[in-house]
Amino acid sequence: MMRTVFILMVFSLFSFSVHASDPLEKGENKSWSFLGPFGTYNKSSLQRGLQVYTEVCSSCHSLKYIAYRNLSDLGYNKEEIKAFSANFTVMDGPNDDGEMFERPGRPSDHFVSPYPNVNAAKAANGGAYPPDLSLITKARGGGADYLYSLLIGYKEAPDSIKVLEGMYYNKYYSGNLIAMPQPLYDDGVVYADGTKASIEQMASDVTEFLSWAAEPEMEERKRTGIAAIAFLLIMAVLSYMAKQQIWANLKKKQT
Amino acid sequence: MKISPPESQFKNPIINWIDTRLPIFTAMNEAVGTEHPTPKNLNYWWNFGSLAGVVLVIMIITGIALAMNYTAHVDHAFDSVERIMRDVNGGWLIRYIHMNGASFFFIVVYIHMARNLYYGSYKAPRELLWILGVVIYLLMMATAFLGYTLPWGQMSFWGATVITNFFSVIPFVGEPIVSWLLGGYTVDNPTLNRFYALHYLLPFVIAGVILLHIVALHRFGSNNPLGIDVKNDKDMIPFHPYYTIKDFFGLSVFLAIFCVFVFFVPNLLGHPENYVPADPLSTPAHIVPEWYLSPFYAILRAVPDKLLGVLAMFGAIGILFILPWLDRSPVRSAHFRPMYKVFYWLFIINMLALGYLGVQNPEGIYLILGRACTAWYFIHFLIIIPLLNVIETPKALPKSISDPIFSSGSSELGATTPRGQK
Repeated sequence: MMRTVFILMVFSLFSFSVHASDPLEKGENKSWSFLGPFGTYNKSSLQRGLQVYTEVCSSCHSLKYIAYRNLSDLGYNKEEIKAFSANFTVMDGPNDDGEMFERPGRPSDHFVSPYPNVNAAKAANGGAYPPDLSLITKARGGGADYLYSLLIGYKEAPDSIKVLEGMYYNKYYSGNLIAMPQPLYDDGVVYADGTKASIEQMASDVTEFLSWAAEPEMEERKRTGIAAIAFLLIMAVLSYMAKQQIWANLKKKQT
Repeated sequence: MKISPPESQFKNPIINWIDTRLPIFTAMNEAVGTEHPTPKNLNYWWNFGSLAGVVLVIMIITGIALAMNYTAHVDHAFDSVERIMRDVNGGWLIRYIHMNGASFFFIVVYIHMARNLYYGSYKAPRELLWILGVVIYLLMMATAFLGYTLPWGQMSFWGATVITNFFSVIPFVGEPIVSWLLGGYTVDNPTLNRFYALHYLLPFVIAGVILLHIVALHRFGSNNPLGIDVKNDKDMIPFHPYYTIKDFFGLSVFLAIFCVFVFFVPNLLGHPENYVPADPLSTPAHIVPEWYLSPFYAILRAVPDKLLGVLAMFGAIGILFILPWLDRSPVRSAHFRPMYKVFYWLFIINMLALGYLGVQNPEGIYLILGRACTAWYFIHFLIIIPLLNVIETPKALPKSISDPIFSSGSSELGATTPRGQK
């Protein structure tokens, strides 16, 4: 009886949602490849997602916690990363003359931000700051599903909702009015691997990419976790057997 | 005149030489070794004390490793945490252990306290043992709150703002006290710096109070599931090897469950908003505390007046200090207290309900339920517990732990007999 109550107690501790929920339409629930205890990222999807980020999102959104060298996780080799980073211009300095100077990006550089600072980003976007995307799937309740839903959630506004100047209707955004215009359109990018670039495909790929950007350690973490838990379970069984044996002596002594 | 103490009796000559001069091995043996007699009937609920100690050690070790890579400055704190997560070798593991370790520290301590309440361990002669435990609990809450501020996310910032604001309700000196705590008029860099310093200090204060907690424990030894005093050697077994191996088994199971959280759902117990850098100009839609502080947050919000709400919240914790004197029933274990047992489980359910309500918006049904649960919390301690002593008839207690024969009267044998009351 006590045991049942205890188990119920522990579960009820976790079962209620710790997060206060926002009143918005329930988004899509996609079966991402990175879910579950053995989940891994889909490398070709990550590469396509990088392309969507670079060609679409990066005109407004920074990704400052990711360095070009991290792209090796996506399956690129050193040469490819070097060539990719060289496409970007990095402000460096001051040099020996005390001057700031521009140079091509290197693998050790972090992703170059579209704006020099937050105020510049706000000024260019009607006062709304396009958030950095490095942690976006961890920083929003609903995570990857929420991001995906948001990206495909641009629909015709119902008559009951008045869409203000500079705002856009989105089915899944809290309050339904978002300052970000619809970013993805069919064939908005031409995928290098020939995949058809539908809105859903691009949203899915860029969500996979940004999930990786938020948790690049995920695959290693889960692998380590399997090993750690296997070890601890064996340790638990062995110590339980040892405990039974030691306590058996006690019972023998007393009878 | 004191003559030099006798030579120690250890087999190993080196250990013996050291112990004769510095009796650390004797001390260890008396703390967790063969010289520490323990009731033989302790169940698995008694695992959680030593488990809490292990979690504290895990927290201190991971905490020091994090401190080596953390920068306590409003402009760099959030970035430095992300650097730990991404660039420091094993940094994500250390941080996720520390982050989830805080939650699991509270889970373990809550179970430890719930066991204590069920078996009446707080009663004479262990009142000070219980009070030291409540002091540890208070210090833990302070440490956890300070630590939650350090990543400098949105919840860090706004949580710190809300909680330090509690002190502004103190008449006349409230505002100066808040400025003094914050090191300015709002939560800012000086606040982060002092919170970091205190967050590093308090765990060692906790360790010190734990030492006192253990000294107090060894005065009368552990309580036991029957709640009766041990009568003779037949009731006792040495701590080592019986409880060392049992605790080790419990630790293995605990760590396996802990690892599920650390490796597979590391952010489940946190709040997504804290992955947004702190922004003093943008208040989150809902400011919620970590789950382990949630019941007290529910109590705070249940009272419509700010001053009374803060008093109720601190009172809810303060009431624990006088619990040994509120509960005058001479029988410890709920096993032999049919009415207390019912009210005990009601109390547990009420606590869980408060925890749930603390993270909901205080409006409509949630506000009404929050008030009802808050009222029940105080009714339980101030009315039910003292009343039970009068109206409850305890069941017959066994004569001793090893003797299954039940005595006819319940008031005397094995019951606590508070001094001066008999």
